[in-house]
Amino acid sequence: MIRLIVNGREESWDAAPGDTLLDVLRREGWVGVKKGCGAGDCGACTVLLNGRAVNACLVLAARAEGAEVVTIEGLSRDGTLHPVQEAFLETGAVQCGYCTPGMVLSAVALLAENARPTEDEIREAVAGNLCRCTGYVKQVEAIERAAARLRGER
Amino acid sequence: MTDRRDFAVVGKNERKVDGRGLVTGSPLFVADVDVSNALVVKMLWSPFAHARIVSIDARAAAAMPGVALVMTHANTPATRHTTAGQGFPEPSPYDARMFDTKVRYVGDRVAAVAAESEEIAERALSAIRVEYEELPAVLSIDEARRAGAPVLHDETDAQGIYDAARNVVADVDIDVGDVAKGFAASDVVVETTCETQYAQHTPIETHVVLASLDPEGRLVLRTSTQVPFHVRRIVAQTLGLPIARVRVIKPRIGGGFGVKQEVLLEDVAGWVALQTRRPTLFALTRAEEFVSSRTRHPMRVRVKVGAAKSGRLHAIEMEAISNTGAYGAHGLTVLANTGSKTLPLYNKAENAHFFGQAVYTNLPVGGAYRGYGATQGYFALETAMDELAERLGIDPICLRLQNAIRAGEGSPIFEKLGEGREGVAQTVKSCQLEECLKVGSEAIGWSTWRARRERTGPWVHGIGMSVMMQGSGIPQIDMGAATIKMNEDGSFNLLIGATDLGTGSDTILGQIAAEVLGVPLEKIIVLSSDTDVTPFDVGAYASSTTYVSGMAVQRAAEDVRGQILRVAAPMLGVAAESLALRDGQVEGADGAAVSLARVCERAMYQTDQFQIAATASCVPTESPPPFLANFARVAVDTETGVVRVLHYVAAVDCGTAIHPRLAEGQVEGA
Repeated sequence: MIRLIVNGREESWDAAPGDTLLDVLRREGWVGVKKGCGAGDCGACTVLLNGRAVNACLVLAARAEGAEVVTIEGLSRDGTLHPVQEAFLETGAVQCGYCTPGMVLSAVALLAENARPTEDEIREAVAGNLCRCTGYVKQVEAIERAAARLRGER
Repeated sequence: MTDRRDFAVVGKNERKVDGRGLVTGSPLFVADVDVSNALVVKMLWSPFAHARIVSIDARAAAAMPGVALVMTHANTPATRHTTAGQGFPEPSPYDARMFDTKVRYVGDRVAAVAAESEEIAERALSAIRVEYEELPAVLSIDEARRAGAPVLHDETDAQGIYDAARNVVADVDIDVGDVAKGFAASDVVVETTCETQYAQHTPIETHVVLASLDPEGRLVLRTSTQVPFHVRRIVAQTLGLPIARVRVIKPRIGGGFGVKQEVLLEDVAGWVALQTRRPTLFALTRAEEFVSSRTRHPMRVRVKVGAAKSGRLHAIEMEAISNTGAYGAHGLTVLANTGSKTLPLYNKAENAHFFGQAVYTNLPVGGAYRGYGATQGYFALETAMDELAERLGIDPICLRLQNAIRAGEGSPIFEKLGEGREGVAQTVKSCQLEECLKVGSEAIGWSTWRARRERTGPWVHGIGMSVMMQGSGIPQIDMGAATIKMNEDGSFNLLIGATDLGTGSDTILGQIAAEVLGVPLEKIIVLSSDTDVTPFDVGAYASSTTYVSGMAVQRAAEDVRGQILRVAAPMLGVAAESLALRDGQVEGADGAAVSLARVCERAMYQTDQFQIAATASCVPTESPPPFLANFARVAVDTETGVVRVLHYVAAVDCGTAIHPRLAEGQVEGA
């Protein structure tokens, strides 16, 4: 049994000793968390663990005891998209969308720490999120656009 | 590149119709539905490159608690088929079966287990005892072609292999003019050979299928595929079911790039569901995706080009030897495309010869991969053109321009070589390659960097370019169809078999419908693809969707528009011909208007009732080529061979982009 807060709600979940955070989140219906490799290479399973972007496939579920977890489902409130989600849609940064939840959460974690990231800092922050469709051009643009919007510039 | 008309929806960067669901993590993909009750399939893969299975003892595995089914060659259908999802009859050989008595590469299927959990399935796999008789393996195209080489496909029931005894899957040989004469007349002849390597598509979502039975006992496959209708046909064939007993649903797809133009899991998951009557989930791990799915065919391509001092080409000869690995999926057609997609570009050469073979090896299996053989061909052809430019002392851009096809011109290759058989004659109607070269060379600073010689320690800087053309679907083979039906709030259902695998085709096909029907995109409810609901489409491959499926959508929308106008005419008291559809209403020349909702209410509930709806198809008679000019500035470490790309410019003539941002994404990405 683990206790944690997922997208603002307190949960008590059964977990086997070998279960990863990815396993239990998907099992409990948070399927916006994607599995791409199960080995920490692709970042499709990125979630925010106490505000930090982590690969859920590399975190044992037991390690999340008492932690606060945010998945992509917890990002938009009352149907209003987060500025990063908006920017991803506006710029064409979403193609197949399988990497999108993880990449968006990595961007959210970056922008919480750094309101004015350079292109290099953006690329560094999402370096662990592999996208096969876009070539990353529009995702960098999206994160720049979201950063500006969060600063109230546009 | 330029809009010829003032469109309302087409040509605009509309929000992707599936975008909101994708950015919020909605349960859109195959494994996002409740799979808690599903059996899990794991496969035992061959540890040998080439071996005969002498015996399999699966009794211990089958007896384990939690194991529902163990599958081997002894208890599964033996139908030979191809895994390649192509038009029917497929141009790929029938050389595969669900589980064979022989394994042909490391990673080939041996047996499979369906169990209550992945852990149980893994444990059961390790309890299967297999006795192999190892055979000598063929590990290169040269070994495969050597006299007396081990034969991969010695089974008697395979069909469509060109020469199984010599490991030759396919053989292509076409001639235009006389290359010997062309070379004899040339001032300069250059010959070069390039070998291309294995590559794997690596969609971030690996292959995955959820099989289940509906209440009537029909097999339902919810699967990550580019070709739902081919999946239905091939699974029915492999499992011995009528097509009517199979339904294939394609939800959102986490990338494909060609590797999901292949039926790799659906037969096994479907068989389990039929035998156990349980939902069954089968997904490849990332490691399995690399080894046991499909790859880009490695090739050895030799190109010989001859030209006059002026740069005018006289002859091109291309020989391609393709490694299809252990099975011949797409073997013939990828090989044929290596010539057919490349040689028409330089139609000034009156003499051309393309020949080659696709051969079996005991290595991972080739398949469809973006570019589909053209990639391998252009690498060699453009390398030869660069060498020719250097020998002639002509700027590489000028050499290309001088010899490239232009609008109003054709190439005999179009007719001689098509999808593994004769092609279709065609004239290029639109070509902005010259403009691409101009825009691209300016953007990268071609003349500046070309003149500069830069070296820092071992690092040498250089600049290069290449040109390419592709096609838009396979003429007189590919088919798309669309159904549009109207609802009484003035919205429309667009049902398409075309398969959006992340490219945005649902969005652009919706835009085409919206444009014709004079409504915003939000009024089009797009559904792709469900073989029970949507009309037939060959699927997402051969760069066909925008052109072929898009034309079907346009035709269906035009039919529906005609029906709407005929209903509206008596409502407005004028002739249908004088009416137009705009902003969600039918407008007369005098400014009188009636809303689409009112029109549909009348048709559905009030007068001469009928469903406003239409289905239309498109089988193209030509394959309009997009043109590309690519430029790269690179740094090469002359000590280690490491290449760094410093600047890359791609100038693309894709025609009128339906959705410019999505079109850019296709160029910037994969």
